[in-house]
Amino acid sequence: MGAAKLLRFLAARSVKAAIVVLAIVVFQFVLIRLAPGDPASVIAGQSGAADPLFMEQLRAQFGLDRPMHEQLLIYLRDMLTLDLGFSHRQQQPVATLIGERLPATLLLTLTAFLFAVTAGVSLGVMAARRVGRAADSLITVIALTFYATPIFWVGLLLVLVFSVWLEWLPSFGMFTVGADLTGLAYAADVAKHLILPSLTLGLFFLAIYARLARASMLEVADQDFVRTARAKGVPEGRIVRAHVLRNALLPVITFAGIQAGQLVGGSILVETVFAWPGIGRLAFDALLARDYATLLGVFFCTAVMVVVFNLITDLLYALVDPRVEVA
Amino acid sequence: MTDAMRPIARRTLLAGAAASPVLMTLAEARAQGVAPRRGGVLSTIITPEPPILILGVNNQGPTLIVGSKIYQGLLTVTPQLDPAPMLAKSWTRSDDGLVYTFTLEQGVKWHDGRDFTSEDVVFSLMKFHMEVNPRARAILQRIDKAETPDAHTVRFTLKAPFEPFLLIFDVTGCAIVPKHVYDGTDYRNNPANATPIGTGPFRMAEWQRGNFIRLVRNEQYWKQGQPYLDGITYRIVPDSQSRGLALQTGQVQMTSSNDIEPFDVPRFQQQANLQVAQNGWELFAPLSWIEINNRLDNLKDARFRRAMAHAIDRNFIAQRLWFGVGKPATSPIASSTRFHDPSVQMPGFNPREATALLDAMGLRPNAQGIRASIKMMQIPYGEVWNRLSEYLRQALRQVGIEVTLESTDVAGWVRRLAAWEFETTINFVYQWGDPTLGVERTYVTSNIQKVAFTNTAGYSNPEVDRLFEAARNAVSADDRRRLFSDVQKRLVEDVPLVWLMELVFPTIHDRRLRNVITSGTGVHAPYDDVFFAS
Repeated sequence: MGAAKLLRFLAARSVKAAIVVLAIVVFQFVLIRLAPGDPASVIAGQSGAADPLFMEQLRAQFGLDRPMHEQLLIYLRDMLTLDLGFSHRQQQPVATLIGERLPATLLLTLTAFLFAVTAGVSLGVMAARRVGRAADSLITVIALTFYATPIFWVGLLLVLVFSVWLEWLPSFGMFTVGADLTGLAYAADVAKHLILPSLTLGLFFLAIYARLARASMLEVADQDFVRTARAKGVPEGRIVRAHVLRNALLPVITFAGIQAGQLVGGSILVETVFAWPGIGRLAFDALLARDYATLLGVFFCTAVMVVVFNLITDLLYALVDPRVEVA
Repeated sequence: MTDAMRPIARRTLLAGAAASPVLMTLAEARAQGVAPRRGGVLSTIITPEPPILILGVNNQGPTLIVGSKIYQGLLTVTPQLDPAPMLAKSWTRSDDGLVYTFTLEQGVKWHDGRDFTSEDVVFSLMKFHMEVNPRARAILQRIDKAETPDAHTVRFTLKAPFEPFLLIFDVTGCAIVPKHVYDGTDYRNNPANATPIGTGPFRMAEWQRGNFIRLVRNEQYWKQGQPYLDGITYRIVPDSQSRGLALQTGQVQMTSSNDIEPFDVPRFQQQANLQVAQNGWELFAPLSWIEINNRLDNLKDARFRRAMAHAIDRNFIAQRLWFGVGKPATSPIASSTRFHDPSVQMPGFNPREATALLDAMGLRPNAQGIRASIKMMQIPYGEVWNRLSEYLRQALRQVGIEVTLESTDVAGWVRRLAAWEFETTINFVYQWGDPTLGVERTYVTSNIQKVAFTNTAGYSNPEVDRLFEAARNAVSADDRRRLFSDVQKRLVEDVPLVWLMELVFPTIHDRRLRNVITSGTGVHAPYDDVFFAS
């Protein structure tokens, strides 16, 4: 793959990506304004008192008294300068709000992601090598169980076992507030808080990767080139690693690419159960509060990440399978 | 000061610190041999997360709970709704009920070190709250003149006597904010809103959004040796089951408000180290009801609304849905609100009477036993409210009224309520201690507005209007009591809404935590006297 070809590919894709992101922003902008009610009505509802002057003042403060196309134009203009706007409800720039939540989100989703991919693929490979035997059935059953169980229920159950009964791990939060830990002690504290939420989130995806890897391995294992390798006398371990696994990885990468793009979006359910201060909750609360600027900001970041990871996935295909070319 | 004599009704008021119920509780605590102990951080929960903490600019429930530790009002109220000192150590009312004079505490400092003076008080009331706070505005407009004879005296002259005037001075009504920070600025968008500056026993140390709000002890607090706690940490835990587990495992030592769903309360009543308190909501006295759009066919007929009231077993709601937290409503004025008349009783549970009324209206059951169909918009405030709607659907179906439930989220619910686009829904509002402040708004014709929490039901009765207005303007409490008794009788006859429950929200706390609820505002007190007993 020549450098010039790669650059052309990247340039073309970037233009497409920008158009996609713009379309998403406009679409979301219109869509969330179709939801009944506005931020002023939420604040009135939560205060339990209002008068017409109060509602008028709030709408003026939020810029909602202007016509919608004007609001959209202002938003797009700000967007071009990478200004994500201001959350009047929370009296903070949206970029600050998202920035505050990003580290917590990535810590949780990346940990869960890495755990899910490595453990999932390993289990899938193990199952495929012992297909039809007890180990295979056991792995399949476990994977299916976690896949089929509601994620918040798994979370609550883990809390019940590890926090309430065994009292080994904290049931919520990201670190011990007020302990003022630093350095390694702080890292250990966060790690302790991270175990249950990342396990909960990871177990669901682990199931998907395990099933994906197993099916894909079995499919590849039946193909002629594997039989040839075996006939040549290549050791079994090498056949699995170099011949079967490498070819079986494509669907796994496809799925991992999709999932990686969503890492920034966080996970509303897990963040809710474990009171993890991530972006999923930020978006969810913003939706309920009709905090348009914050919600759009999160959508924008997520959209950009999805587009970027799609690109990375395409490049990875070429790396894993030389037959695939970027174009 | 006897219970029968309500100071607010007396011609002249003089409250001394010795009579303060807040201190009485402390004395009681000491009498039990528990001397207040310094130290310890209270971990508790706040649900949902407040958007900002500037009282007045934002008056949501959670904002009031956290903000009341940072800011203070001139007064507070006892559980009997008598005024009690806070930033004002004493006050007087002139014989004609027009002039109120407050003497302020001396040596009070803002969190930024500046002195608190009478100028701050006048600015807060006449400019700040007048501009941003709709509930305070309605009362403060009645002030004709606000004067500051000296740095520690404030005098208000009213345009006309207003008997419940002192009830607005609690921190939940009119928090005193620093003039030097806000005067001449855009209050709503002031950059200082990120770090509230108050006079309260705690100041804000850190707020990690979506995670926690950490308050620390105000070392310069004006009450010597107080507060006892080193700080209060409000954790933000969005899931009610997770909140329950945090309380159960001791990771937090207190929950309040809506933190714990009513159906989980019995579980905590069993837990030996926890105490479940139901008091501390006297000033707010939230009353829940079925809000009925009085403009629509059938619903505009008092017989139909009365039939609905007869179909509903409010004891069942109180015992089986709220598990004894709160009690059945008996009239439009809650029993802890001033001028509640216990002799007035709304239509009781009597399905036979309900069907008789529907028969009299000519609403006969069809083959499925259905006489009429109505829609009910569910209130999106949590699981217990969904269960309530489901119970109401069952109960009304028993007398032949078919109910279709409609679900919404908060924004959608408020919008439809405000636009009168509903047949029935469930609602609850705070009564703020006095019917003029918190009850009148729901029933008078002049307040039929396209704004939530006004008279959105569209009920109109000239006699009720007249009584509310007379009670609003009457100088003496006795006259007001008579007028409000009449109003209650009229309203119970008309049943413009079907009242359901006098709500309270349980405060569940570690038994070692003392003085948790000492006033009529419960968890909205400053908490300068709260401590962990060893």
